[in-house]
Amino acid sequence: MNTVETNYVTFPEPLALRSGVAFSPVTVAYETYGTLNNERSNAILVCHAFTGDAHAAFSSKADNKPGWWADMIGPGKAFDTNKYFLICSNVLGSCKGTTGPGSLNPATGKPYGLGFPVITIHDMVMLQKRLLDYLGIEKLLSVAGGSMGGMQALTWPVMYPERVHSAIVIAATYRHAAQQIAFHEVGRQAIMADPDWQNGDYYGKSIPRRGLAVARMIGHITYMSQPSMEQKFGRKLVGKEALGYNFSKDFEVEGYLEYRGQSFVDRFDANSYLYLTKAMDYFDLTENGQKLSEVLASVKADFLVISFTSDWLYPSHQSQELMRAIKATDTDVSYIELTSDYGHDAFLVEIADQARVVSNYLARIARERASVHV
Amino acid sequence: MIKLEYSIIAGIIEPGARVLDLGCGDGALLAFLKEKKDCRGTGIEINHQEVVKCMERGVSVAHGDIDGSLDVYNDRRFDYVILNESLQQVLHIDRVLDEALRVGKKVIVGVPNFCHLGARLQIFFRGQVPVTKALPYKWYNTPNLRFLSLKDFRRFCAEKGITIEKARYLCGGKEISFSTNLFADAGIFVLSRSH
Repeated sequence: MNTVETNYVTFPEPLALRSGVAFSPVTVAYETYGTLNNERSNAILVCHAFTGDAHAAFSSKADNKPGWWADMIGPGKAFDTNKYFLICSNVLGSCKGTTGPGSLNPATGKPYGLGFPVITIHDMVMLQKRLLDYLGIEKLLSVAGGSMGGMQALTWPVMYPERVHSAIVIAATYRHAAQQIAFHEVGRQAIMADPDWQNGDYYGKSIPRRGLAVARMIGHITYMSQPSMEQKFGRKLVGKEALGYNFSKDFEVEGYLEYRGQSFVDRFDANSYLYLTKAMDYFDLTENGQKLSEVLASVKADFLVISFTSDWLYPSHQSQELMRAIKATDTDVSYIELTSDYGHDAFLVEIADQARVVSNYLARIARERASVHV
Repeated sequence: MIKLEYSIIAGIIEPGARVLDLGCGDGALLAFLKEKKDCRGTGIEINHQEVVKCMERGVSVAHGDIDGSLDVYNDRRFDYVILNESLQQVLHIDRVLDEALRVGKKVIVGVPNFCHLGARLQIFFRGQVPVTKALPYKWYNTPNLRFLSLKDFRRFCAEKGITIEKARYLCGGKEISFSTNLFADAGIFVLSRSH
Protein backbone atom coordinates (compact mmCIF):
# COMPACT_ATOMS: atom_id res chain seq x y z
CA MET A 1 0.00 0.00 0.00
CA ASN A 2 1.09 3.57 -0.72
CA THR A 3 2.26 5.52 2.30
CA VAL A 4 1.67 9.14 3.16
CA GLU A 5 2.88 11.76 5.60
CA THR A 6 0.88 14.62 7.06
CA ASN A 7 2.09 18.10 6.02
CA TYR A 8 1.68 21.30 7.98
CA VAL A 9 1.52 24.91 6.87
CA THR A 10 1.02 28.00 9.05
CA PHE A 11 -0.78 31.11 7.80
CA PRO A 12 0.07 34.25 9.77
CA GLU A 13 -2.62 36.44 8.14
CA PRO A 14 -5.83 36.65 10.17
CA LEU A 15 -8.93 34.68 9.13
CA ALA A 16 -12.08 36.85 9.16
CA LEU A 17 -14.38 34.47 11.00
CA ARG A 18 -18.18 34.64 10.74
CA SER A 19 -18.41 35.59 14.39
CA GLY A 20 -16.57 38.81 13.59
CA VAL A 21 -13.31 37.69 15.17
CA ALA A 22 -10.11 38.06 13.13
CA PHE A 23 -8.14 34.97 14.09
CA SER A 24 -4.45 34.21 13.59
CA PRO A 25 -2.15 32.44 13.26
CA VAL A 26 -3.64 29.22 11.86
CA THR A 27 -1.80 25.99 11.17
CA VAL A 28 -3.36 23.48 8.77
CA ALA A 29 -2.60 19.75 8.73
CA TYR A 30 -3.13 18.20 5.29
CA GLU A 31 -2.29 15.18 3.18
CA THR A 32 -2.23 14.70 -0.58
CA TYR A 33 -2.58 11.57 -2.70
CA GLY A 34 -1.82 11.11 -6.40
CA THR A 35 -0.19 13.62 -8.73
CA LEU A 36 -1.31 17.09 -9.75
CA ASN A 37 -1.31 17.24 -13.56
CA ASN A 38 0.47 19.98 -15.53
CA GLU A 39 -2.78 21.88 -16.11
CA ARG A 40 -3.53 21.67 -12.36
CA SER A 41 -7.01 20.56 -13.33
CA ASN A 42 -7.36 17.18 -11.63
CA ALA A 43 -7.50 18.26 -7.97
CA ILE A 44 -10.24 17.03 -5.66
CA LEU A 45 -10.68 18.24 -2.10
CA VAL A 46 -12.02 15.65 0.33
CA CYS A 47 -13.65 17.02 3.49
CA HIS A 48 -13.72 14.90 6.62
CA ALA A 49 -16.59 14.37 9.03
CA PHE A 50 -16.87 15.47 12.67
CA THR A 51 -14.13 13.43 14.33
CA GLY A 52 -12.09 12.72 11.21
CA ASP A 53 -8.68 14.02 10.27
CA ALA A 54 -6.40 14.80 7.33
CA HIS A 55 -5.46 11.12 6.98
CA ALA A 56 -8.11 10.13 4.45
CA ALA A 57 -6.23 7.52 2.44
CA PHE A 58 -3.12 5.39 1.99
CA SER A 59 -1.20 4.09 4.96
CA SER A 60 0.34 6.48 7.45
CA LYS A 61 4.16 6.48 7.36
CA ALA A 62 4.21 7.06 11.11
CA ASP A 63 2.04 4.17 12.30
CA ASN A 64 0.84 2.26 9.20
CA LYS A 65 -2.80 3.16 9.93
CA PRO A 66 -5.06 3.26 6.84
CA GLY A 67 -6.96 6.49 6.13
CA TRP A 68 -10.59 6.90 7.18
CA TRP A 69 -11.78 6.69 3.55
CA ALA A 70 -9.06 4.33 2.29
CA ASP A 71 -11.78 2.12 0.74
CA MET A 72 -12.85 5.01 -1.48
CA ILE A 73 -9.52 6.73 -2.23
CA GLY A 74 -6.55 4.97 -3.86
CA PRO A 75 -5.26 3.52 -7.13
CA GLY A 76 -8.24 2.19 -9.11
CA LYS A 77 -10.70 3.18 -6.41
CA ALA A 78 -13.65 5.59 -6.63
CA PHE A 79 -11.39 8.59 -6.12
CA ASP A 80 -8.69 7.11 -8.35
CA THR A 81 -5.27 8.40 -7.32
CA ASN A 82 -3.89 7.28 -10.71
CA LYS A 83 -6.11 9.95 -12.29
CA TYR A 84 -6.80 12.56 -9.67
CA PHE A 85 -4.87 14.59 -7.13
CA LEU A 86 -6.62 14.32 -3.75
CA ILE A 87 -6.24 16.75 -0.89
CA CYS A 88 -7.62 16.33 2.62
CA SER A 89 -7.05 18.79 5.43
CA ASN A 90 -8.02 18.71 9.09
CA VAL A 91 -10.76 21.27 9.83
CA LEU A 92 -10.39 24.44 11.85
CA GLY A 93 -11.26 23.79 15.50
CA SER A 94 -10.30 20.11 15.43
CA CYS A 95 -7.52 18.46 17.40
CA LYS A 96 -5.71 16.54 14.67
CA GLY A 97 -3.02 19.00 13.66
CA THR A 98 -5.01 22.03 12.52
CA THR A 99 -5.37 24.89 15.04
CA GLY A 100 -8.14 24.26 17.56
CA PRO A 101 -9.00 24.90 21.21
CA GLY A 102 -6.26 22.50 22.34
CA SER A 103 -3.55 24.38 20.40
CA LEU A 104 -1.15 26.75 22.11
CA ASN A 105 -2.23 30.38 22.07
CA PRO A 106 0.98 32.24 21.14
CA ALA A 107 -0.22 35.27 23.09
CA THR A 108 -0.42 33.38 26.40
CA GLY A 109 1.78 30.37 25.82
CA LYS A 110 -1.13 28.20 27.06
CA PRO A 111 -3.80 26.21 25.18
CA TYR A 112 -6.71 28.35 23.96
CA GLY A 113 -9.43 26.36 25.73
CA LEU A 114 -12.59 28.47 25.66
CA GLY A 115 -10.44 31.40 24.47
CA PHE A 116 -10.70 29.80 21.02
CA PRO A 117 -13.29 31.61 18.87
CA VAL A 118 -16.55 29.88 17.97
CA ILE A 119 -16.19 28.73 14.37
CA THR A 120 -18.58 27.77 11.57
CA ILE A 121 -18.64 25.47 8.54
CA HIS A 122 -18.07 28.60 6.40
CA ASP A 123 -14.90 29.35 8.41
CA MET A 124 -13.61 25.82 7.81
CA VAL A 125 -14.19 26.27 4.06
CA MET A 126 -12.45 29.66 4.10
CA LEU A 127 -9.38 28.01 5.61
CA GLN A 128 -9.47 25.20 3.03
CA LYS A 129 -9.55 27.84 0.29
CA ARG A 130 -6.46 29.43 1.81
CA LEU A 131 -4.73 26.05 1.65
CA LEU A 132 -5.66 25.67 -2.03
CA ASP A 133 -4.30 29.15 -2.77
CA TYR A 134 -1.09 28.07 -1.06
CA LEU A 135 -0.98 24.85 -3.13
CA GLY A 136 -1.59 26.87 -6.31
CA ILE A 137 -4.87 25.19 -7.23
CA GLU A 138 -7.13 27.67 -8.99
CA LYS A 139 -10.11 25.39 -9.62
CA LEU A 140 -11.10 22.09 -8.08
CA LEU A 141 -12.41 19.30 -10.26
CA SER A 142 -14.58 18.38 -7.29
CA VAL A 143 -15.07 18.77 -3.57
CA ALA A 144 -16.51 15.78 -1.72
CA GLY A 145 -17.46 14.75 1.76
CA GLY A 146 -19.92 12.93 3.99
CA SER A 147 -21.82 14.21 7.03
CA MET A 148 -20.03 17.37 8.28
CA GLY A 149 -17.74 16.90 5.26
CA GLY A 150 -20.84 17.04 3.06
CA MET A 151 -21.81 20.36 4.63
CA GLN A 152 -18.38 21.73 3.69
CA ALA A 153 -18.64 20.27 0.17
CA LEU A 154 -22.02 21.98 -0.22
CA THR A 155 -20.72 25.31 1.13
CA TRP A 156 -17.74 25.40 -1.24
CA PRO A 157 -19.62 26.22 -4.48
CA VAL A 158 -21.81 28.70 -2.58
CA MET A 159 -18.84 30.63 -1.18
CA TYR A 160 -16.48 30.21 -4.13
CA PRO A 161 -18.55 29.55 -7.26
CA GLU A 162 -15.56 30.11 -9.57
CA ARG A 163 -13.29 27.72 -7.74
CA VAL A 164 -15.04 24.38 -8.12
CA HIS A 165 -16.51 22.36 -11.02
CA SER A 166 -18.58 19.99 -8.91
CA ALA A 167 -19.57 19.02 -5.39
CA ILE A 168 -20.32 15.55 -4.01
CA VAL A 169 -22.56 15.90 -0.95
CA ILE A 170 -23.05 12.64 0.95
CA ALA A 171 -25.34 11.93 3.95
CA ALA A 172 -25.55 15.62 4.77
CA THR A 173 -27.96 18.53 4.98
CA TYR A 174 -28.13 22.20 4.01
CA ARG A 175 -29.52 23.09 7.42
CA HIS A 176 -29.06 21.48 10.82
CA ALA A 177 -32.53 20.62 12.10
CA ALA A 178 -33.88 20.63 15.66
CA GLN A 179 -33.34 16.91 16.24
CA GLN A 180 -29.73 17.11 15.04
CA ILE A 181 -29.06 20.11 17.29
CA ALA A 182 -30.75 18.29 20.19
CA PHE A 183 -28.46 15.27 20.03
CA HIS A 184 -25.43 17.55 19.91
CA GLU A 185 -26.63 19.54 22.88
CA VAL A 186 -26.96 16.37 24.99
CA GLY A 187 -23.34 15.53 24.09
CA ARG A 188 -22.14 19.01 25.01
CA GLN A 189 -24.03 18.96 28.30
CA ALA A 190 -22.47 15.60 29.16
CA ILE A 191 -19.00 17.11 28.67
CA MET A 192 -19.72 20.35 30.50
CA ALA A 193 -21.39 18.50 33.41
CA ASP A 194 -18.15 16.59 34.03
CA PRO A 195 -16.33 18.36 36.91
CA ASP A 196 -13.05 17.60 35.14
CA TRP A 197 -14.09 19.85 32.26
CA GLN A 198 -13.22 22.91 34.41
CA ASN A 199 -14.64 25.43 31.94
CA GLY A 200 -12.44 24.00 29.25
CA ASP A 201 -9.23 24.65 31.15
CA TYR A 202 -8.22 21.05 31.74
CA TYR A 203 -5.08 20.78 29.60
CA GLY A 204 -2.22 19.26 31.56
CA LYS A 205 -4.66 18.30 34.32
CA SER A 206 -7.23 15.53 34.52
CA ILE A 207 -9.45 15.61 31.42
CA PRO A 208 -13.28 15.19 31.28
CA ARG A 209 -13.07 11.50 30.35
CA ARG A 210 -16.51 10.50 31.58
CA GLY A 211 -18.35 13.39 29.94
CA LEU A 212 -16.61 12.98 26.58
CA ALA A 213 -17.19 9.20 26.62
CA VAL A 214 -20.93 9.69 27.25
CA ALA A 215 -21.09 12.27 24.45
CA ARG A 216 -19.46 9.76 22.09
CA MET A 217 -21.84 6.99 23.19
CA ILE A 218 -24.82 9.15 22.26
CA GLY A 219 -23.16 10.00 18.98
CA HIS A 220 -22.61 6.34 18.16
CA ILE A 221 -26.26 5.52 18.69
CA THR A 222 -27.20 8.18 16.13
CA TYR A 223 -24.64 6.86 13.62
CA MET A 224 -26.11 3.35 13.64
CA SER A 225 -29.61 2.16 12.75
CA GLN A 226 -32.18 0.08 14.55
CA PRO A 227 -31.62 -2.92 12.21
CA SER A 228 -27.81 -2.65 12.33
CA MET A 229 -27.85 -2.59 16.16
CA GLU A 230 -30.30 -5.48 16.27
CA GLN A 231 -28.12 -7.50 13.90
CA LYS A 232 -24.87 -6.65 15.68
CA PHE A 233 -26.00 -6.98 19.30
CA GLY A 234 -29.61 -8.07 19.65
CA ARG A 235 -30.06 -8.87 23.33
CA LYS A 236 -26.78 -10.77 23.58
CA LEU A 237 -25.25 -10.70 27.04
CA VAL A 238 -21.70 -9.61 27.68
CA GLY A 239 -19.35 -11.73 29.80
CA LYS A 240 -22.14 -13.56 31.61
CA GLU A 241 -24.57 -16.44 31.14
CA ALA A 242 -27.61 -14.84 32.78
CA LEU A 243 -28.89 -11.43 33.79
CA GLY A 244 -26.94 -10.01 36.74
CA TYR A 245 -29.83 -8.28 38.52
CA ASN A 246 -27.54 -5.35 39.30
CA PHE A 247 -26.21 -2.33 37.38
CA SER A 248 -23.06 -3.88 35.99
CA LYS A 249 -23.08 -4.38 32.23
CA ASP A 250 -25.54 -7.04 31.09
CA PHE A 251 -25.84 -6.48 27.36
CA GLU A 252 -23.26 -6.52 24.61
CA VAL A 253 -24.51 -3.19 23.28
CA GLU A 254 -23.63 -1.62 26.63
CA GLY A 255 -20.11 -2.99 26.44
CA TYR A 256 -19.74 -1.79 22.87
CA LEU A 257 -20.77 1.78 23.71
CA GLU A 258 -18.49 1.79 26.75
CA TYR A 259 -15.58 0.63 24.60
CA ARG A 260 -16.33 3.19 21.89
CA GLY A 261 -16.63 5.95 24.45
CA GLN A 262 -13.40 5.11 26.24
CA SER A 263 -11.30 4.64 23.11
CA PHE A 264 -12.59 7.97 21.80
CA VAL A 265 -11.36 9.83 24.90
CA ASP A 266 -7.81 8.80 24.01
CA ARG A 267 -7.98 10.28 20.54
CA PHE A 268 -10.22 13.34 20.71
CA ASP A 269 -10.27 16.61 22.64
CA ALA A 270 -13.45 17.44 24.57
CA ASN A 271 -13.29 21.14 23.68
CA SER A 272 -13.02 20.30 19.97
CA TYR A 273 -16.16 18.22 20.49
CA LEU A 274 -17.93 21.34 21.76
CA TYR A 275 -16.64 23.63 19.00
CA LEU A 276 -17.27 21.28 16.08
CA THR A 277 -20.79 20.29 17.17
CA LYS A 278 -21.56 24.00 17.54
CA ALA A 279 -20.26 24.67 14.04
CA MET A 280 -22.61 22.01 12.66
CA ASP A 281 -25.54 23.31 14.68
CA TYR A 282 -24.96 26.82 13.30
CA PHE A 283 -24.98 25.47 9.76
CA ASP A 284 -27.96 26.75 7.79
CA LEU A 285 -27.54 27.93 4.19
CA THR A 286 -30.95 29.60 4.46
CA GLU A 287 -30.09 31.54 7.61
CA ASN A 288 -30.88 34.92 6.09
CA GLY A 289 -34.47 33.91 5.39
CA GLN A 290 -33.74 33.24 1.74
CA LYS A 291 -35.09 30.22 -0.06
CA LEU A 292 -32.44 27.56 -0.64
CA SER A 293 -32.86 27.85 -4.41
CA GLU A 294 -32.12 31.60 -4.13
CA VAL A 295 -28.99 30.90 -2.08
CA LEU A 296 -27.88 28.42 -4.75
CA ALA A 297 -28.74 30.71 -7.68
CA SER A 298 -25.15 31.94 -8.10
CA VAL A 299 -23.69 28.43 -7.92
CA LYS A 300 -22.01 27.18 -11.07
CA ALA A 301 -20.94 23.75 -9.91
CA ASP A 302 -22.61 20.51 -10.89
CA PHE A 303 -23.82 18.39 -7.95
CA LEU A 304 -23.98 14.77 -6.91
CA VAL A 305 -26.12 14.20 -3.80
CA ILE A 306 -26.15 10.82 -2.05
CA SER A 307 -28.22 9.65 0.92
CA PHE A 308 -28.75 6.26 2.57
CA THR A 309 -32.06 4.55 3.30
CA SER A 310 -31.40 3.77 6.97
CA ASP A 311 -29.70 7.09 7.87
CA TRP A 312 -32.09 8.65 10.37
CA LEU A 313 -29.58 11.26 11.61
CA TYR A 314 -29.33 12.91 8.17
CA PRO A 315 -32.42 11.42 6.57
CA SER A 316 -32.96 11.20 2.82
CA HIS A 317 -35.71 13.82 2.81
CA GLN A 318 -33.10 16.47 3.69
CA SER A 319 -30.96 15.42 0.72
CA GLN A 320 -34.09 15.40 -1.46
CA GLU A 321 -34.94 18.96 -0.42
CA LEU A 322 -31.41 19.95 -1.39
CA MET A 323 -31.70 18.12 -4.71
CA ARG A 324 -35.01 19.85 -5.50
CA ALA A 325 -33.59 23.28 -4.68
CA ILE A 326 -30.61 22.66 -6.99
CA LYS A 327 -33.00 21.59 -9.76
CA ALA A 328 -34.73 24.95 -9.51
CA THR A 329 -31.44 26.63 -10.50
CA ASP A 330 -29.59 26.43 -13.81
CA THR A 331 -27.04 23.95 -12.57
CA ASP A 332 -27.26 20.17 -12.89
CA VAL A 333 -27.75 17.64 -10.09
CA SER A 334 -27.73 13.87 -9.83
CA TYR A 335 -29.21 12.22 -6.78
CA ILE A 336 -29.34 8.67 -5.48
CA GLU A 337 -30.63 7.13 -2.29
CA LEU A 338 -28.42 4.10 -1.71
CA THR A 339 -29.77 1.07 0.11
CA SER A 340 -28.00 0.29 3.36
CA ASP A 341 -28.71 -0.94 6.88
CA TYR A 342 -25.71 0.84 8.37
CA GLY A 343 -27.47 4.09 9.23
CA HIS A 344 -25.44 7.29 9.07
CA ASP A 345 -22.19 5.30 9.16
CA ALA A 346 -23.08 3.96 5.70
CA PHE A 347 -21.04 6.67 3.95
CA LEU A 348 -17.90 5.19 5.53
CA VAL A 349 -18.69 1.50 5.17
CA GLU A 350 -21.26 0.98 2.37
CA ILE A 351 -18.69 1.15 -0.39
CA ALA A 352 -19.74 -0.92 -3.45
CA ASP A 353 -22.56 1.15 -4.97
CA GLN A 354 -21.20 4.38 -3.55
CA ALA A 355 -17.88 3.79 -5.30
CA ARG A 356 -19.58 2.96 -8.62
CA VAL A 357 -21.66 6.12 -8.45
CA VAL A 358 -18.80 8.40 -7.41
CA SER A 359 -16.22 7.06 -9.90
CA ASN A 360 -18.59 7.34 -12.86
CA TYR A 361 -19.72 10.78 -11.77
CA LEU A 362 -16.14 12.04 -11.50
CA ALA A 363 -15.31 10.58 -14.92
CA ARG A 364 -18.23 12.53 -16.43
CA ILE A 365 -17.30 15.79 -14.70
CA ALA A 366 -13.65 15.39 -15.74
CA ARG A 367 -14.75 14.84 -19.35
CA GLU A 368 -17.54 17.37 -19.67
CA ARG A 369 -16.74 20.17 -17.27
CA ALA A 370 -13.01 20.26 -16.81
CA SER A 371 -11.76 18.62 -20.04
CA VAL A 372 -9.35 16.57 -17.96
CA HIS A 373 -7.76 13.82 -19.99
CA VAL A 374 -7.38 10.89 -17.66
CA MET B 1 -28.79 -2.83 -31.27
CA ILE B 2 -30.52 0.54 -31.08
CA LYS B 3 -34.22 0.35 -30.51
CA LEU B 4 -36.36 1.80 -33.29
CA GLU B 5 -38.17 4.13 -30.90
CA TYR B 6 -34.84 5.67 -29.88
CA SER B 7 -34.09 6.51 -33.52
CA ILE B 8 -37.59 7.90 -33.98
CA ILE B 9 -37.29 10.07 -30.86
CA ALA B 10 -33.80 11.24 -31.86
CA GLY B 11 -35.24 12.14 -35.28
CA ILE B 12 -37.86 14.35 -33.66
CA ILE B 13 -35.50 16.26 -31.37
CA GLU B 14 -33.40 19.21 -32.56
CA PRO B 15 -29.63 19.16 -31.90
CA GLY B 16 -28.56 20.67 -28.57
CA ALA B 17 -32.07 20.47 -27.09
CA ARG B 18 -32.63 20.42 -23.32
CA VAL B 19 -34.33 17.16 -22.46
CA LEU B 20 -35.95 15.72 -19.34
CA ASP B 21 -36.58 11.95 -19.46
CA LEU B 22 -39.23 10.85 -16.95
CA GLY B 23 -38.79 7.20 -16.03
CA CYS B 24 -35.44 7.09 -17.82
CA GLY B 25 -34.62 3.50 -16.78
CA ASP B 26 -30.93 2.69 -17.30
CA GLY B 27 -30.37 5.97 -19.16
CA ALA B 28 -29.88 4.36 -22.60
CA LEU B 29 -32.16 6.83 -24.37
CA LEU B 30 -30.56 9.87 -22.69
CA ALA B 31 -27.09 8.58 -23.57
CA PHE B 32 -28.24 8.00 -27.16
CA LEU B 33 -29.66 11.53 -27.42
CA LYS B 34 -26.48 12.99 -25.96
CA GLU B 35 -24.35 11.12 -28.49
CA LYS B 36 -26.52 11.65 -31.58
CA LYS B 37 -28.04 15.04 -30.86
CA ASP B 38 -25.70 16.63 -28.32
CA CYS B 39 -28.69 17.00 -25.98
CA ARG B 40 -28.34 18.40 -22.49
CA GLY B 41 -30.37 15.82 -20.66
CA THR B 42 -31.36 14.67 -17.23
CA GLY B 43 -33.65 11.93 -16.01
CA ILE B 44 -35.81 10.76 -13.15
CA GLU B 45 -35.90 7.08 -12.24
CA ILE B 46 -37.44 5.29 -9.27
CA ASN B 47 -35.46 2.03 -9.41
CA HIS B 48 -32.22 2.24 -7.46
CA GLN B 49 -30.24 -0.21 -9.61
CA GLU B 50 -31.33 1.57 -12.80
CA VAL B 51 -30.12 4.86 -11.32
CA VAL B 52 -26.68 3.33 -10.73
CA LYS B 53 -26.65 2.18 -14.39
CA CYS B 54 -27.54 5.71 -15.54
CA MET B 55 -24.52 7.01 -13.68
CA GLU B 56 -22.33 4.33 -15.26
CA ARG B 57 -23.45 5.64 -18.65
CA GLY B 58 -22.50 9.16 -17.59
CA VAL B 59 -26.11 10.32 -17.59
CA SER B 60 -27.45 12.90 -15.13
CA VAL B 61 -30.29 11.38 -13.10
CA ALA B 62 -32.32 11.92 -9.94
CA HIS B 63 -33.55 8.95 -7.94
CA GLY B 64 -37.24 9.32 -7.16
CA ASP B 65 -40.88 9.22 -8.23
CA ILE B 66 -42.00 11.10 -11.35
CA ASP B 67 -45.17 12.17 -9.57
CA GLY B 68 -44.63 15.45 -7.72
CA SER B 69 -41.10 15.92 -9.07
CA LEU B 70 -41.74 18.65 -11.66
CA ASP B 71 -43.05 21.51 -9.51
CA VAL B 72 -39.47 22.73 -8.92
CA TYR B 73 -39.02 23.64 -12.59
CA ASN B 74 -39.93 26.94 -14.24
CA ASP B 75 -42.32 26.95 -17.21
CA ARG B 76 -40.72 25.81 -20.47
CA ARG B 77 -37.45 24.91 -18.77
CA PHE B 78 -36.94 22.02 -21.21
CA ASP B 79 -37.30 21.77 -24.96
CA TYR B 80 -38.64 18.23 -24.58
CA VAL B 81 -40.01 16.17 -21.74
CA ILE B 82 -39.99 12.48 -22.59
CA LEU B 83 -42.21 9.77 -21.13
CA ASN B 84 -41.09 6.67 -22.99
CA GLU B 85 -42.92 3.56 -21.80
CA SER B 86 -43.44 5.17 -18.41
CA LEU B 87 -46.74 7.07 -18.59
CA GLN B 88 -48.73 3.87 -18.14
CA GLN B 89 -46.88 3.30 -14.84
CA VAL B 90 -47.87 6.67 -13.41
CA LEU B 91 -50.70 7.01 -10.91
CA HIS B 92 -51.83 10.59 -11.57
CA ILE B 93 -51.72 10.64 -15.37
CA ASP B 94 -53.32 14.02 -16.02
CA ARG B 95 -51.36 15.79 -13.31
CA VAL B 96 -48.05 14.45 -14.62
CA LEU B 97 -48.94 15.28 -18.25
CA ASP B 98 -50.11 18.78 -17.28
CA GLU B 99 -46.85 19.36 -15.45
CA ALA B 100 -44.79 17.88 -18.30
CA LEU B 101 -46.56 20.21 -20.77
CA ARG B 102 -45.82 23.15 -18.47
CA VAL B 103 -42.07 22.54 -17.94
CA GLY B 104 -41.46 21.27 -21.48
CA LYS B 105 -42.14 23.14 -24.71
CA LYS B 106 -43.10 19.77 -26.12
CA VAL B 107 -43.74 16.34 -24.64
CA ILE B 108 -42.88 13.05 -26.28
CA VAL B 109 -44.92 10.09 -25.05
CA GLY B 110 -44.23 6.50 -26.02
CA VAL B 111 -47.00 4.12 -24.96
CA PRO B 112 -47.67 0.43 -25.55
CA ASN B 113 -50.93 -0.48 -27.28
CA PHE B 114 -52.83 -2.90 -25.07
CA CYS B 115 -55.35 -3.49 -27.89
CA HIS B 116 -53.19 -4.50 -30.82
CA LEU B 117 -54.16 -7.56 -32.85
CA GLY B 118 -52.00 -10.08 -30.98
CA ALA B 119 -53.42 -9.00 -27.64
CA ARG B 120 -56.97 -9.02 -28.92
CA LEU B 121 -56.55 -12.58 -30.24
CA GLN B 122 -55.22 -13.82 -26.90
CA ILE B 123 -58.18 -12.34 -25.09
CA PHE B 124 -60.66 -13.67 -27.66
CA PHE B 125 -59.33 -17.18 -28.21
CA ARG B 126 -57.56 -17.96 -24.95
CA GLY B 127 -59.70 -15.92 -22.60
CA GLN B 128 -56.53 -14.76 -20.87
CA VAL B 129 -54.97 -11.39 -20.18
CA PRO B 130 -52.46 -11.03 -23.03
CA VAL B 131 -48.74 -11.59 -22.66
CA THR B 132 -46.82 -10.44 -25.75
CA LYS B 133 -43.34 -9.31 -26.75
CA ALA B 134 -44.33 -5.69 -26.24
CA LEU B 135 -46.27 -6.52 -23.05
CA PRO B 136 -44.19 -9.27 -21.45
CA TYR B 137 -45.71 -9.11 -17.96
CA LYS B 138 -48.24 -11.35 -16.26
CA TRP B 139 -51.27 -9.80 -14.56
CA TYR B 140 -49.70 -10.28 -11.14
CA ASN B 141 -46.25 -8.81 -11.81
CA THR B 142 -46.88 -6.01 -14.27
CA PRO B 143 -45.48 -2.60 -13.32
CA ASN B 144 -48.18 -1.04 -15.50
CA LEU B 145 -51.00 0.71 -13.69
CA ARG B 146 -52.87 1.85 -16.81
CA PHE B 147 -54.00 -0.27 -19.73
CA LEU B 148 -54.79 1.79 -22.79
CA SER B 149 -55.04 1.58 -26.53
CA LEU B 150 -53.59 4.12 -28.94
CA LYS B 151 -57.13 5.20 -29.72
CA ASP B 152 -57.76 5.74 -25.99
CA PHE B 153 -54.69 7.95 -25.79
CA ARG B 154 -55.66 10.05 -28.81
CA ARG B 155 -59.13 10.51 -27.35
CA PHE B 156 -57.66 11.47 -23.95
CA CYS B 157 -55.50 14.16 -25.60
CA ALA B 158 -58.53 15.56 -27.46
CA GLU B 159 -60.55 15.74 -24.23
CA LYS B 160 -57.70 17.47 -22.34
CA GLY B 161 -57.01 20.05 -25.06
CA ILE B 162 -53.60 18.55 -25.81
CA THR B 163 -52.43 18.89 -29.42
CA ILE B 164 -50.88 15.81 -31.02
CA GLU B 165 -48.32 17.36 -33.34
CA LYS B 166 -46.94 14.10 -34.63
CA ALA B 167 -47.71 10.43 -34.16
CA ARG B 168 -45.52 7.48 -35.15
CA TYR B 169 -46.52 3.85 -34.87
CA LEU B 170 -44.46 0.71 -34.42
CA CYS B 171 -45.23 -2.92 -35.11
CA GLY B 172 -42.69 -5.63 -34.39
CA GLY B 173 -39.72 -3.27 -34.77
CA LYS B 174 -41.00 -1.63 -37.98
CA GLU B 175 -42.90 1.58 -38.55
CA ILE B 176 -46.48 1.37 -39.82
CA SER B 177 -49.07 4.00 -40.69
CA PHE B 178 -52.38 2.20 -41.35
CA SER B 179 -54.97 0.66 -38.98
CA THR B 180 -52.62 1.62 -36.20
CA ASN B 181 -54.87 0.84 -33.27
CA LEU B 182 -55.17 -2.72 -34.57
CA PHE B 183 -51.63 -3.42 -35.79
CA ALA B 184 -49.28 -1.17 -33.84
CA ASP B 185 -47.87 -2.51 -30.58
CA ALA B 186 -46.70 0.96 -29.54
CA GLY B 187 -47.12 4.60 -30.48
CA ILE B 188 -44.93 7.67 -30.10
CA PHE B 189 -46.73 11.00 -29.81
CA VAL B 190 -45.34 14.53 -29.85
CA LEU B 191 -47.63 16.66 -27.71
CA SER B 192 -47.98 20.37 -27.05
CA ARG B 193 -50.45 22.71 -25.46
CA SER B 194 -50.95 26.35 -26.43
CA HIS B 195 -50.09 28.43 -23.35
